[in-house]
Amino acid sequence: MQKPIVIVGAGQAAASFVSRHKALAKKGIGNNEPLILIGEEPVPPYHRPPLSKTYMSSDLKRDRLFIRPAAWYSEQGITTHYNTRVDWIDPQLKQLKTSNGKTIDYVKLVLCTGSSPLSLPASMGGNLSGVFTLRNIVDVEAMAPEFVSGRNLLIIGGGYIGLETAAFARQFGLEVTVIEMAERILQRVAAPQTSDFFRTLHQQHDVDVHESTQLLRLTQKNGKVNGAELANGKKLEADLVLVSIGGRPNTKLADQAGLDCENGIAVNQICQTSNPDIFSAGDCASFIRNGQRTRLESVQNAADQGHIVARVIAGEAVSYDPFPWFWSDQYDCKLQIAGLNTGYTKTVIRPGSKPGGQSVWYYSEEKLLAVDTMNDAMAYALGRKIITTGLHPSPNQIANPAIDLKTLLKK
Amino acid sequence: MAKITWKTEDGKEIIADVKDGLNLMEAALANDVPDVDGDCGGCLSCATCHVFVEEAWFEKTGEIDDIEDTMLEMTDIERRDNSRLSCQLIASPELDGLVLHVPNP
Repeated sequence: MQKPIVIVGAGQAAASFVSRHKALAKKGIGNNEPLILIGEEPVPPYHRPPLSKTYMSSDLKRDRLFIRPAAWYSEQGITTHYNTRVDWIDPQLKQLKTSNGKTIDYVKLVLCTGSSPLSLPASMGGNLSGVFTLRNIVDVEAMAPEFVSGRNLLIIGGGYIGLETAAFARQFGLEVTVIEMAERILQRVAAPQTSDFFRTLHQQHDVDVHESTQLLRLTQKNGKVNGAELANGKKLEADLVLVSIGGRPNTKLADQAGLDCENGIAVNQICQTSNPDIFSAGDCASFIRNGQRTRLESVQNAADQGHIVARVIAGEAVSYDPFPWFWSDQYDCKLQIAGLNTGYTKTVIRPGSKPGGQSVWYYSEEKLLAVDTMNDAMAYALGRKIITTGLHPSPNQIANPAIDLKTLLKK
Repeated sequence: MAKITWKTEDGKEIIADVKDGLNLMEAALANDVPDVDGDCGGCLSCATCHVFVEEAWFEKTGEIDDIEDTMLEMTDIERRDNSRLSCQLIASPELDGLVLHVPNP
């Protein structure tokens, strides 16, 4: 019998891999190996972005999130093991062991193990009742009953997940406080102008935003969180706490299997790890972009790498040369990002084509790298086109609202 | 309910009854139509659910708004006059019988 390709982790990257593998096989491309999909979560791959956006208001209907219906996998002859962890990989025997005691042989292995949210240490109150992190369906379902109007929600960390949850909680009538250790919210991912835009947006919705503010510890009563002490001596009340302080790649299995890891599972341009029969895609994979090890936690990256691995295994001569894009929804504001701003040296602001819109354009010297667009989908779409076409309009042109972006494309 | 037909470039046809209100990107994924990805879940950020609408049906699929129009400029296979993003097509009795052609990237 033909040995299977085993996919470890059942998120976006895994879904893209199996979809592409099956689509190629139907065209007669590749070896049409059997597929075994193993995931720790109880459900098939689902769209994760809505978890911090609309999932709670959609009455928690899980199947609405599924990338493909649960039945699709068996219809395609894909073996699925949900609620199952992989505990051990033997790269010599090309074998793995699962948490329910199965030993499975593989011909190729695809690690889509994702990333995990960082949590607070127990000494800071990280294990108190009422303290949550947000990454999975189960996390949201645990937090949802606590989202009661009038309660105090403290959010630790002003990144996208924290801010999206803040917006969401305000719509449920919770009182929301965000504390951010860095000088400004979104500092790690965006320019000051984008941080300013979102700080103002949240303040307009009565979110209490504290930047340059460090948590000392969470306080408790009878094992349940009831507040926080800050390094500046202030005390805050809280009925529930979301810890959204970033994530780390899930590399435990890869480490154990002796694969090279470097801020994630190190892969080459074809998403292959240091073992030629093992590939990795998604949040957990660290690839080389412009000569630098890069790890992206985004749908674009997970989906595109999943597709690439399927094509590589099927024998196509492709490599991963990403054009990153990203989005976030907060209140009625849609943020869309095209490109990656790593290494930017200056930014320029362009007023939106409609009121309430704005875009922030990132340059490295005269080279256009990326654009954040707030309520300006046209600027996103055109910015994306301008960057992928390899054009570098001057900052003065971009800043001038009298110049139609479309005209910058015609050169 | 709308009966939707997807035709692939290698001559396959997939026909499905799609519930009113469901968008045709979701319907394509549920019915295993190849090469419709819908990576962004239908929020007009990715242009991976590009289809060509059979000419006779094009007008019935309605207006293309500015955003979709711009996103259509960045599809893998170059847009044509009858291009749409299928996440923007919502199943309804008016689209019963609609035929879509799926580009092969």
